[in-house]
Amino acid sequence: MASRSRDLDKLLLRPGHLVGPSFEPGTQLRDDLQEYVRILVVGAGGLGCELLKDLALSGFRNLEVIDMDRIEVSNLNRQFLFRLEDVGEPKAQVAAKRVMERVSGVNIVPHFCRIEEKELEFYSEFSIIVLGLDSIEARSYINAVACGFLEYDSNDEPLEETVKPMVDGGTEGFKGHARVILPGMTPCFECTIWLFPPQVKFPLCTLAETPRTAAHCIEYAHLIKWDEVHSGKSFDPDNPQHMQWVYSEAVKRAQLFGIPGVTYTLTQGVVKNIIPAIASTNAIVSATCALETLKIASGCSKTLSNYLTYNGVEGLHTKVTEFVRDKDCLVCGPGIFMELETSVTLKMFIDQLEDHPKLLMSGASVTVRGKNLYMAAPPLLEEMTRSNLGLPLFELMDKSPTGIVHVTGTAGKGDKRQSCLRKLRVAFKADGIADTDMAGGG
Amino acid sequence: MLLLFFTKLGKLIAIYKVQIEAKTKVTCLFPQPHSWRRSMAEPKTKYDRQLRIWGEQGQAALEKASICLLNCGPTGSETIKNLVLGGIGSITVVDGSKVENGDLGNNFMVSETSLGQPKAKCVCAFLQELNDAVKAKFIEEHPITLIETNPSFFSQFTLVVATQLVEESMVKLDRICRDANVMLIFARSYGLSGFVRISVKEHAVIESKPDHFLDDLRLISPWPELKKFTEKIDLDTSDTVVHKHIPYILILVKIAEEWAKSHGGRLPSSREEKKEFKELIKAKMVATDEDNYKEAIEASFKVFASQGISSDLKRILDDPCAEVESGASDFWVMVAALKEFIANEGGGEAPLEGSIPDMTSSTELYINLQKHYQAKAETDFLVVEQRVRNILKKIGRDPYSISKTVIKSFCKNARKLTVCRYKLIEEEFNSPVLPELQKYLTDEEYSVAVGFYILLRAVDRFSANYNTFPGQFDGAMDEDISRLKTTAVSLLSDLGCNGSTLTEDLINEMCRYGAAELHAVAAYIGGVASQEIIKLITRQFVPMSGTFIFNGIDHKSQLLSL
Repeated sequence: MASRSRDLDKLLLRPGHLVGPSFEPGTQLRDDLQEYVRILVVGAGGLGCELLKDLALSGFRNLEVIDMDRIEVSNLNRQFLFRLEDVGEPKAQVAAKRVMERVSGVNIVPHFCRIEEKELEFYSEFSIIVLGLDSIEARSYINAVACGFLEYDSNDEPLEETVKPMVDGGTEGFKGHARVILPGMTPCFECTIWLFPPQVKFPLCTLAETPRTAAHCIEYAHLIKWDEVHSGKSFDPDNPQHMQWVYSEAVKRAQLFGIPGVTYTLTQGVVKNIIPAIASTNAIVSATCALETLKIASGCSKTLSNYLTYNGVEGLHTKVTEFVRDKDCLVCGPGIFMELETSVTLKMFIDQLEDHPKLLMSGASVTVRGKNLYMAAPPLLEEMTRSNLGLPLFELMDKSPTGIVHVTGTAGKGDKRQSCLRKLRVAFKADGIADTDMAGGG
Repeated sequence: MLLLFFTKLGKLIAIYKVQIEAKTKVTCLFPQPHSWRRSMAEPKTKYDRQLRIWGEQGQAALEKASICLLNCGPTGSETIKNLVLGGIGSITVVDGSKVENGDLGNNFMVSETSLGQPKAKCVCAFLQELNDAVKAKFIEEHPITLIETNPSFFSQFTLVVATQLVEESMVKLDRICRDANVMLIFARSYGLSGFVRISVKEHAVIESKPDHFLDDLRLISPWPELKKFTEKIDLDTSDTVVHKHIPYILILVKIAEEWAKSHGGRLPSSREEKKEFKELIKAKMVATDEDNYKEAIEASFKVFASQGISSDLKRILDDPCAEVESGASDFWVMVAALKEFIANEGGGEAPLEGSIPDMTSSTELYINLQKHYQAKAETDFLVVEQRVRNILKKIGRDPYSISKTVIKSFCKNARKLTVCRYKLIEEEFNSPVLPELQKYLTDEEYSVAVGFYILLRAVDRFSANYNTFPGQFDGAMDEDISRLKTTAVSLLSDLGCNGSTLTEDLINEMCRYGAAELHAVAAYIGGVASQEIIKLITRQFVPMSGTFIFNGIDHKSQLLSL
């Protein structure tokens, strides 16, 4: 009987000229993809469902999916793994089940929780992380996690084995994007954060005094009137009664000002910032991401370099842009290097930042692995962390010979002084010894 | 051993910033409270996210449509899946093959339990599960048989999706559908390449809904009522609150008028003049927080924009179809009326669109201004409506056979009308637009896409000669590569491009593919095809013109207009 892998075999078993740099075609490659490569899909919604299907049918056998949401009726026009009777169930669990039912041999472990609830070790186990998210914050978080694994050698070159590839997709209506992120090599999410325009926010005076559009009336009811009437009770966008209240208040306000156009649908759209969504765009972006994941894992073809935008409003337009890394990126950059003696206290370290030519930072607060070692403000936190000032930084960093430190303070010259965050890479040497490779204390 | 491969990207070249419109939803990262179950009595809630794109009318059009799918491998299946999810009226799946082991590796709609069964039956069953409002049928028959022996079969459908057909069948089916006035779209996946091509004689779009389109503000030629309105506004008022709440439309109309008076009726044209114009606006500011004046400066380009109708619209008005006779479609009847309007009451302009963008303003002035625009749009519409009814009478049709709603929408979208026409496939194959083809062959950005275009045709010729696709089976690779090259060269020569060659690498690559239908590629092609089908059926948004060539190597896919 012909192999199930009949079509994929053409790409994996045959040599080619337009392939990745260390492509080794053969059954070993195909088998390794199935046995050893582990892919994490973040999100089990419009993109996630498509991604799980695409990856399961692209030679991967070990998949995991994480999503904190439950299925809603409005998902059903595109999240094809869900049925009406699944409404209310966790997306990750139903998605995993459905794909495993149809594609035998694939194993999908669902995680019904927030991405922050997982230990860093969880993420480090995956070969590639594929994102099907709908928020900047979530992308930022995963990006920081993946880039956190990145280590550099003494020439400021990324160590290949610490590069955790990510493939990120996003869609809205007829538009979308797909990108490949190889931390330390291609720009990470933070390097190109300017790609995402700021959220549309209406000025308060417009909402309060000179509304002109239906959306203004709605946001007035949602952001201003709600608190006036329901002080203390928080607004729940998923509660139909709350939404109904906002709608009728919006209608009242619109009538007062003679503004047309307030409808219940618009009210929901504005309050929940609903993004229109259809199956076809999700299919296109997910397929791109899955294809790139296959290429990164196997080398069977050249990879996307590195950002694809897609627009299907007028005809169809795709464009590939090759963005460049920000070498000083706080998340994926090597960080400014500082060599310190093991006896240097936290206070001495903070003082050194003022004179460091690349920093010139005063009033610094210091964080290591998310833990605040010293906070210059507010007074309460300052008081709580003050006792660390006298301790050696080496000990506060659990006697690790090297580590990443984030410092926040005021930097810059003259008028241009402003608050900023900097990433530092510290290496410790015992007093008087030039060797940075110290394991035990001084 | 764990094998990971990374492309060494090395030294990278210049950046160009890409403006992306996407607003990303800010979700809080704390778990949502248990979702309130939506009322099951609201069937439309399911379609909420797409109704926000194409509205109730678009949805109604989808629910009335009947689609025929030819071949339900992954390419066809994925195309139809997206339509079924969207609530298409009915689907008929035509495929004569049985489910094989290899299908389990690339098609989500067949599973182990369906081995040996008719593929059409299995795919149909899965699709029916996806949306029970859709009427799903299947026919176990090879599409080629229907094309050859039962062409009238296709007349019953709104649209036919023909996937994985070779050239010869494409040409035949194209003729059949064109004669029967049935919309047709071709889609194909082939290794890391593929294409999508619409084939319809004419597709007119009223609701084209482009991303960016200049507002219709008439800043330099305000109609009498608007002019009168602006005369009541005093840009030099000493009331600071009033001053900072004058909407920029009124500011610009007044300043434009002032300029024209002191420049012999002309408008700012040179860069210097435009700068001067902005300075005039700035001079009216009395405080730095006057957003309305800042908006006026930013919007001043709307004053410099040319008046009258665009060249695209002019082309439509000058189209021979605009000379309507009996049998003319509603669209062309309205175009004829539009043409008359522009030449008469419109004074060279299309009917006023009627809406204005939001801008800093007092509520009162804004609403008032809005009403002015709406009133003028209504007046223009009534004139056009009358002309439409007269034309209908003239060509022997019931003057009320086109509704007010349709005419109103036509007027509102008059400046954005689009007409798409598609050559017959045969015509494109026999005589493509040579200058375009030659341009693509020499442009690096197009090299892979046009290479795939030629090779996709070459592999069909190859298969017609040798009964297999190049590289379809192991063992004859070198010979196949050489034969494919010969075929491609001869094809290029037939097309009039002697001397052009395709790179060895690409020919090699095409043989490597061996006609593989990869799921990820099929899903991409299916996504594109389904999106275009939705545009064709809802008659909203502009469908792609030309042939879309998918390039899965570096993703530099292209639209080729041949």
